Amino acid sequence: MNLFTPLSWNDTGFILTGILNTVYISVIAIVVGSLLGLLIGFIRAESNKTVNVCLGAILDILRSVPLIIQLILFSTFIGVMGFPLPPFVTGSIILSLYTMAFMSEVFRSGFNSVPTPMIKAARSLGMNYLQTVRYIRIPIGMRAVFPSWIGVALSVIKDSALVSVIGYMELLRTAEQLISRTQQPLMILIGVGLFYFMISYPLSRYGKYIERKMEI
Amino acid sequence: MIEIKGVHKSFGDLEVLKGIDLTVNRGEVVSIIGASGSGKSTLLYCINAIESINKGNIIVDGIDVHDKKTDINALRQNLGMVFQQWNSFPHLTVLENAALAPQVVKGFSKEKAEAIATKELTHVGLGDKLHEYPTKMSGGQQQRLAIARALAMEPPYMLFDEVTSALDPELVGEVLDTLRLLRDDGMTMICVTHEIAFAKEVSDKVAFFHEGLIEEIGTPQEVLDNPQKERTQQFLSKVL
Ligand SMILES: Nc1ncnc2c1ncn2[C@@H]1O[C@H](COP(=O)(O)OP(=O)(O)OP(=O)(O)O)[C@@H](O)[C@H]1O
Ligand SMILES: [Mg+2]
Repeated sequence: MNLFTPLSWNDTGFILTGILNTVYISVIAIVVGSLLGLLIGFIRAESNKTVNVCLGAILDILRSVPLIIQLILFSTFIGVMGFPLPPFVTGSIILSLYTMAFMSEVFRSGFNSVPTPMIKAARSLGMNYLQTVRYIRIPIGMRAVFPSWIGVALSVIKDSALVSVIGYMELLRTAEQLISRTQQPLMILIGVGLFYFMISYPLSRYGKYIERKMEI
Repeated sequence: MIEIKGVHKSFGDLEVLKGIDLTVNRGEVVSIIGASGSGKSTLLYCINAIESINKGNIIVDGIDVHDKKTDINALRQNLGMVFQQWNSFPHLTVLENAALAPQVVKGFSKEKAEAIATKELTHVGLGDKLHEYPTKMSGGQQQRLAIARALAMEPPYMLFDEVTSALDPELVGEVLDTLRLLRDDGMTMICVTHEIAFAKEVSDKVAFFHEGLIEEIGTPQEVLDNPQKERTQQFLSKVL
């Protein structure tokens, strides 16, 4: 009996699951991370120095400890504490928090980019605080930082490959399993790389395009 | 009627308004002139509560602006304000700029808000620019948009803070024409301005500010043509 079997069409479903899982966890992290980041970014733009220093320290930790260590640390920690979670849940939590840490800075500078006189003009029309946030500060501020937002989203898609270390069956881990069965690493890894490129490249071009459009 | 009674205002240790008394009746145009730093802008900001005051009262149609129980956002609907910088909302078209506040503040339907906005924009001569983005327009056009945006709230009072100061000279005329239009409509206005000739032409009353006090107030003929106070004379001789 042959232990190794070549890559075949039967593997398509398996690879597709890996691709979908990568997309799935990336989308969750980007959506949850952006929403939390918007909230934290707003709080940071609005609060005094003390609050900012405390929040900043927490976010600095999330940003500077390598993601792979955060993933292993967190999944080991909850395992030791006696309530292990599925890799998908653990991965989503950590990747979302990691995304939040970067998105909050993006959104914070977005909020700060809206000039105070413009907010005063809106207030003078009778808008209350929340209305100026909703109709002036979010749309104007977020537009200004859209290219940076795309940049963070792109790196999250790529970083999602690291969630494989805690056992989540995303694209990279799927590929690794296929490689150990088929012994065809080159072809499979090129395929995986191509997939990341096909997603990232159009997005980064789009980001550049928007950036150029806004400069005019 | 806007009644300003003994208003004092300080920023930290710096007392900027030192007891201002001024009454503006419905239909009146009052111009405020004076040197830079004399507190003209600050007074306008105090009238619509963008700034707080330390002493005195400001009463608009019987409502005390700085009373804690006053609904500031409701009050501001009665006090349109236009600033030196036009502050167009860059993410909205000209029409949306003017229709936003009637929609979100007054709760008007989109159709109703846009109908009012269109009327005011046409009035200031921007009827053919409704669907353009303001960032593409000249300063004069954007300042007229700011005026229409304030008018779309249909306020009985308008406050203008040096609305032509940031404009290129060739664009000043079109904005002053818009103000003349409003005067002819019978709008009650307070205009802080450096345009002495314009103040003389449109005002019922002119107030000369000096270091946080009204040094001299009266008709344009009294204050601008025959100033009684030495400081007024000095100021006018410098700017005319
Ligand atoms: N938010 C603020 N904080 C501190 N000081 C302020 C503030 N706003 C105004 N001032 C000071 O108050 C004084 C009066 O300012 P104000 O803007 O009312 O003058 P102005 O008469 O409008 O002058 P200009 O003709 O230059 O517009 C100035 O000395 C100014 O520096
Ligand atoms: Mg001023």
